[in-house]
Amino acid sequence: MQKINTSALPDIIFMLLFFFMVTTTMREITLIVQVKPPEASEVQKLEKKSLVSYIYVGVPLKTQFGTESRIQLNDAFASATEIPEFIASERESRDEADRGFLITSIKADKATRMGVITDIKQELRKVGAFKINYSSRKVAKLSY
Amino acid sequence: MASKEVPEINAGSMADIAFLLLIFFLVTTTMDVDTGITRKLPPPVEDDTKFDIKDRNIFKVLVSSSDRLMVEGERSDISTLRDDVKAFMTNPTNREDLPEKELKFIENLGDIEVSKGVVSLKNDRGTSYEMYIKIQNELTAAFAELRDEVSLQFYGVKFKNLINEDYRKAVKKAVPMAISEAEPENIGGN
Repeated sequence: MQKINTSALPDIIFMLLFFFMVTTTMREITLIVQVKPPEASEVQKLEKKSLVSYIYVGVPLKTQFGTESRIQLNDAFASATEIPEFIASERESRDEADRGFLITSIKADKATRMGVITDIKQELRKVGAFKINYSSRKVAKLSY
Repeated sequence: MASKEVPEINAGSMADIAFLLLIFFLVTTTMDVDTGITRKLPPPVEDDTKFDIKDRNIFKVLVSSSDRLMVEGERSDISTLRDDVKAFMTNPTNREDLPEKELKFIENLGDIEVSKGVVSLKNDRGTSYEMYIKIQNELTAAFAELRDEVSLQFYGVKFKNLINEDYRKAVKKAVPMAISEAEPENIGGN
C-alpha cells in the first residue's frame, strides 16, 4: 500500500491556528456575578467593541456576598454611585475622537429587579452617557 | 563529500506542535457576538418642566411590580401590545381619541403624515428585567414594522434592507422612535 503524503499537514494546521489566533478575543475580566441575559428578537449587533464599556448586574456567584443583585464594574462589586467615576475612567482610556461615540452595555441577569437598572440609568444620565444597550440574546421569536 | 551535506531536520512532530497551539486557541476563543436592544437615554431634567403633550397623543404603558401590564388604563397582555401600539400610532380611521397627525415635508419622501403619538413606558422598581426587555422588544418591533410599511410603500424593500443612508434617514423621520420613559417612581401594585 502506498503511504499518504502528510508533509502538508502542518501547513493546514497552521492555517487553522492563525484563523483562531486572529479571531480570539480573550476575556478581560472575570465575572463575579451570574448573568443570564434575557431574550429578545429586535436586537442590534454591537459593532465596535472598542467603544463599549460593560456594566454587569446579577446575583453574586459566591453566596457569601449575598443573594441580592449586585453591580460589577471592572473586577469588583460596586454601587450605583460609583458609575460616574467608572464612566470617566472609561472615557479617559479612549481616544479623544472616540469619546462621543461610547456605548454602555448593561449586561444584566433576567431575574434582576428594575430598581437596580433604574439607578444605573439615572447615574448614566447624570454623566451624559446616553447611548446604552440592553444586552440580550437573539431569538427568532419570543414566546409568551 | 557526502559528510558535508546538512542533515535534514525531522519535521514529523511539527504537526503535533501546531496541534497543541491550535487546541490552546480553540479553548480560549470566545466568539460571542454582542447583541442587545439599543436605546438613547434622555438628558437629565433640570427643573420640573411639565411637557405639554395632549392626552390623545400619549399611549400609556404601565408595568407593575408583579410584571402585570396596564395599557391605556386597562389591564392588558403583552401578546397584544405590538398591534395595539401600531394601531395607536397609525390611527387609520382618524379617530378623535387617537393621536394627531402632522403633514410634514421630508426630503426624498415628499409630504407625508407623521404621527404625533408617543409611547410612555412606566415601570416599578420591582418589575423584573426580563419583562422590561420583553416590553421594550415589543415596542421596538412595533416601530420596526411601521418603518417597514413606509419603506415598502416608497422604496419596495423592507427597512433593514434599505441601504441608501438618505432614504433610511427619511424613513426614520417619517416614523420616529417615540418611546418615552417616565421619571422613576414607585408605582407599586400587585
